[in-house]
Amino acid sequence: MSAHLLAELTVFVLAVFVGFEVISKVPTTLHTPLMSATNAIHGIVLVGALLVAIVAAPKLGPALSVIVVFLASLNVFGGYVVTQRMLAMFKTRASGPRDGAKR
Amino acid sequence: MPAEITGANQIAIDAAYLVTGIAFILGLRFLSNPKTARLGNTISMAGMALALIATGFQLDFGAAWWILAVGLGGGAAVGIYSARAVKMTAMPQMVALFNGAGGGAAAMVATAEFLRENPGLNPVSWDQSLAVVLSTIIGAISFTGSIVAFLKLQELMTGRPITYPAQQVVNGAIALAIVVAAGMTIANVDAVPAYFVALAAAALLGILFVLPIGGADMPVIISLLNSFTGLAAAMTGFVLGNNVLIISGALVGASGTLLTMLMSKAMNRSIANVLFGAFGKVSTDAGPTQGSGGSGTVREATVDDVATMLAYAKHVVIVPGYGMAVAQAQHSVRELADQLEKKGVEVKYAIHPVAGRMPGHMNVLLAEANVPYPALCDMEDINPEFPRTDVALVIGANDVTNPAARNVPSSPIYGMPILDVDKAHNVVVLKRSMKPGFAGIDNPLYELPNTMMLFGDAKASIDNLIGAVKAL
Repeated sequence: MSAHLLAELTVFVLAVFVGFEVISKVPTTLHTPLMSATNAIHGIVLVGALLVAIVAAPKLGPALSVIVVFLASLNVFGGYVVTQRMLAMFKTRASGPRDGAKR
Repeated sequence: MPAEITGANQIAIDAAYLVTGIAFILGLRFLSNPKTARLGNTISMAGMALALIATGFQLDFGAAWWILAVGLGGGAAVGIYSARAVKMTAMPQMVALFNGAGGGAAAMVATAEFLRENPGLNPVSWDQSLAVVLSTIIGAISFTGSIVAFLKLQELMTGRPITYPAQQVVNGAIALAIVVAAGMTIANVDAVPAYFVALAAAALLGILFVLPIGGADMPVIISLLNSFTGLAAAMTGFVLGNNVLIISGALVGASGTLLTMLMSKAMNRSIANVLFGAFGKVSTDAGPTQGSGGSGTVREATVDDVATMLAYAKHVVIVPGYGMAVAQAQHSVRELADQLEKKGVEVKYAIHPVAGRMPGHMNVLLAEANVPYPALCDMEDINPEFPRTDVALVIGANDVTNPAARNVPSSPIYGMPILDVDKAHNVVVLKRSMKPGFAGIDNPLYELPNTMMLFGDAKASIDNLIGAVKAL
């Protein structure tokens, strides 16, 4: 195992802990937007898709390169727009007092 | 891989990725309150944009500009259009579809890296191979699994569990084949064919493991698939040596895992039990269900009876379920509640953690109908209130109200925490027919002396109730 891998593993493990910590604070009411938000975040794989597809001679060939970028792009844009739409519904109601949020 | 980048530029790019990671964490942090949630999503989006710009500096547009244009533009156009056009009730399948897209992309990125490393000719370090293989397998399972989940939720195929003999054995054999093929890839024994066998077997397993999952277990499976795609993205990060992928993937993986555990806990079942569990077995032989009126003990109510009962009640608790989503009845439900409140009735909503097809499904639908979120009560808060509730109005919810879960040890859902609607003075169940729920289990609630059934489409029934309540 290289030192490089160990460094990456460290980042991964710490990020998992941060993830658990942050997510456990999200109230039930927002679980659907949460799923949708994290769904959009894993669209970050678009970075990887671009790195392997937008090069001089993509290993996947042109057709599959288009598909990989398409899929990742669908994930990012669709994910964020759906999340925005859901959250907008929660926002329009100023009527809710502070508590209902925490659970 | 990307064109050579000089040291200083690489540092700038990595710094941008770090900012993206922070933006994602803050974005999720702000989701802990409905008031800041929207800001959180905006921060998260800004982080994503920054990562994409930073990535742009590493690309070779000259040769592949059209791939960028068609892929990125097409994905964005389809994604934005469908996200805008989709009805709120179809949200679970939309999320499943986007999730599958991410998983598929992760698997394909790993494949591209695998081909670039050319393991047939060059020895590749085991850890690099392991990351490639994991990213591929998890991504492929998530891709095909999400598509099956989408098909089930969209009702393009049956939402009921699909079971066949020796299902577990078949799945086990495929899982074993994946492990062997992955091992061969990593050990560089016929690496290329072995790799593609692992890829194909994982894609097959993704389909097969979602098939036996019944509609009511969907919240668990959707969360689990979300977590898979997160992990696949993280593994892709290891493959490419890219920290932002590792961080984001780990966050999503953790989130999905946590939600999966919450959902299983809400059903008092282990994740293994949901995946390989008993729900499916029952539905296959659920033939002899009593037809409408077949059992003399079921009391059918008229719209006027129910309207009168509701209007003269003090406390009414509305119990929504997937049936409300199917009938798109959330706006009517809200209007009925408004009418009742005008008559001085106190109306609350009881939300079971696994009501609907994804975590928090009912909350988001009622939010769409402008129901204030403090009126939505969790199971443990509302259950003590049922004994002093005058009318519990069950709208398209079934298994989460089934008292058999409390007192019939032989019931497949025995032990699952339920909403104690049967303890209310009166129970009114809005239901299309006497067909059992997705789990295929009869619900003794319907035969209790304090229960009345109002048959018909949920939205039509509620609209009738609104008219009748107004007329009183």
